[in-house]
Amino acid sequence: MLKINNLHARVEDKEILRGINLTVNAGEVHAIMGPNGSGKSTLAAVIAGKEEFEITEGEVFLEGENLEDTSPEDRAHKGIFLSFQYPVEIPGVSVTNFMKTAINESRKAKGLEDMPAKDMLKLIREKSEMLEIDRKFLSRSLNEGFSGGEKKRNEIFQMAMLEPKLAILDETDSGLDIDALRIVANGVNKLKSKDNAVIVITHYQRLLEYIVPDFVHVLHNGKIVKSGTKDLALELEEKGYDWLKQETVV
Amino acid sequence: MDLKEKLVSSFLAFENGVDVDNPVHDIRTEAIKNFEAKGFPTKKEEAWKYTSLNTLQKIDYSIFPKKENMLEYRDVKKYFLHEIDTFKIVFVDGVYSSFLSETTHDGVDVCLMSSALNKPMYKQIIDVYFNKIASKDDSLTTLNTAFSKEGAYIYIPKNKIPKKPIEIVHFSTGNEAALLLQPRNLIIAEENAELQIIERHQSLTANEVLTNSVTEIYAAKNSNVDYYKVQNDLTTASLIDNTYIDQKDGSVVKVHTFSFGGKLTRNNLNFYQNGERIDSTMKGVTIIEEKQHIDHHTLVHHIQPNCESHQDYKGIYGENSTGVFNGKIIVDKIAQKTNAFQQNNNILVSDKATINTKPQLEIFADDVKCSHGCTIGQLDEEALFYLQSRGIPKKEARALLMYAFANNVLESVRIPELKVRINKLIANKLGVRLGFDL
Repeated sequence: MLKINNLHARVEDKEILRGINLTVNAGEVHAIMGPNGSGKSTLAAVIAGKEEFEITEGEVFLEGENLEDTSPEDRAHKGIFLSFQYPVEIPGVSVTNFMKTAINESRKAKGLEDMPAKDMLKLIREKSEMLEIDRKFLSRSLNEGFSGGEKKRNEIFQMAMLEPKLAILDETDSGLDIDALRIVANGVNKLKSKDNAVIVITHYQRLLEYIVPDFVHVLHNGKIVKSGTKDLALELEEKGYDWLKQETVV
Repeated sequence: MDLKEKLVSSFLAFENGVDVDNPVHDIRTEAIKNFEAKGFPTKKEEAWKYTSLNTLQKIDYSIFPKKENMLEYRDVKKYFLHEIDTFKIVFVDGVYSSFLSETTHDGVDVCLMSSALNKPMYKQIIDVYFNKIASKDDSLTTLNTAFSKEGAYIYIPKNKIPKKPIEIVHFSTGNEAALLLQPRNLIIAEENAELQIIERHQSLTANEVLTNSVTEIYAAKNSNVDYYKVQNDLTTASLIDNTYIDQKDGSVVKVHTFSFGGKLTRNNLNFYQNGERIDSTMKGVTIIEEKQHIDHHTLVHHIQPNCESHQDYKGIYGENSTGVFNGKIIVDKIAQKTNAFQQNNNILVSDKATINTKPQLEIFADDVKCSHGCTIGQLDEEALFYLQSRGIPKKEARALLMYAFANNVLESVRIPELKVRINKLIANKLGVRLGFDL
């Protein structure tokens, strides 16, 4: 599904990713953990195609295709989805209208007609029920005045609507209470299949109790310094990141 | 002969068509003298630094509208808010069209300025209100006053609310190669009265038209006036709108200006707060392109304590268009506890578009809250990336963000059908495909 080779990225003069290697296969869940400033969110943004970052070395492949010079929208059309840590507020554009635009733009890129309104409504109903989203919520302006939890739930709702091949969840657990966390995690689990993959970026082990990863990677100073199974997450929870930092230095 | 000379010499001919013994004519005579002394404003004046009337003055306008050009309702229906029932005061080439209008005298007066100026039953009101708040020395206002004869007259007595909104619509049909129109409106809302007005100027052909309009609005104690100006004209139509608003205790007046097209548009919007607990609101959305020019000049004069004013103007300027926002707020020494807010945000879509924005605050009281802010910017990159990451192409994402930017000024529009209309206009202008709502 996703293959990253020796990826280096920088913003202005600051090098943030310093040689990432990562392979994610269909059907897998990968967790990326690490202290603040280790490059987790940058990695997510670079995979999604954010132009602010300059790739100085290495490649990202999606299903064997090099994503170099591929715009964020084309990456989305190819099946990449990024759940934002800080979703942007768009006043005057309702959640429904936004999703309709997003889905129809993706269809247009694939040479398909607009989705009929009836099908769209059915899809919206189905996915919003799955995430226990109130109908009234859908006619509100996108993210405007949403609580932290509502924003994150809305991100997963968008993911459910767009059915990506590769979903990257960037700190989706931050700002969520335990009930919201459970709903969001259930949503992700229901969307999981043998044909898609999920990368979960998080500080804490908590989310991984609900979305159980096949692999856990620790990012530090722009590099993956340790990979393991879900037990690694538990170990990190217990010991913190310091022992890894020291290990790296040694 | 330049336009000023032509106008001044036309005044004699104009006098043949009006009752010169009416005291109103003394006001006109005084006004033409003032105009003759001042002439058209030039760029040397601070208030006209960024807006030149030179090109317009070179056009040979026909000053006196001739006969009414018949219009079929079905041909102009789209310019009315036809989704709902409204009172209508309609002019075609400056001449009242009884055929397209729907006036009333049932409890409220929604009729013609010519009637109000000439009929004895209105004399008392005309004596009290006509040309009282309008400037006596602004040259374009005096020009209008000198030739004031026709327009809308609306009088809402105490505690009355008209059954439906009122539309004031001016069509120009291109009968003349170039036409100068000078409508004069007088709107009075007595104590506790409420009304909603939609004003529109619409040119139907590519012939030049210049409208120099003056509107006086008197909002008595606790009255409530909503005024919507729809400026979506052809690029051969120019408009100078001079609006003067006198507010008394507890009144609420909101003016929304939607500027989507016109060759040159100048809005002089002046609020005078002659009372306490007054709320004055000015909102504007401007989306123009080509070589269009828009100039919003607002004035709020806080004369008494405990009042508020709110200004929120958004502008999106494309291609070679130019914009001006000048927001003047005066707070008199006794006007303590004033809250005055002013916001002007602009997006320049093209490298060649220009905006000049200037807050102008003159505060003489010491216990006031005044805030102002203006921004000229590009779109938020993070928001753009967010939309793109959902599969929305950059071009469409930009349009959607501009739509969102402009759209939130519409919250305060209280006629839902108008809100939908403006909403769609904004979407169309920006190339956003509107979806459906649940």
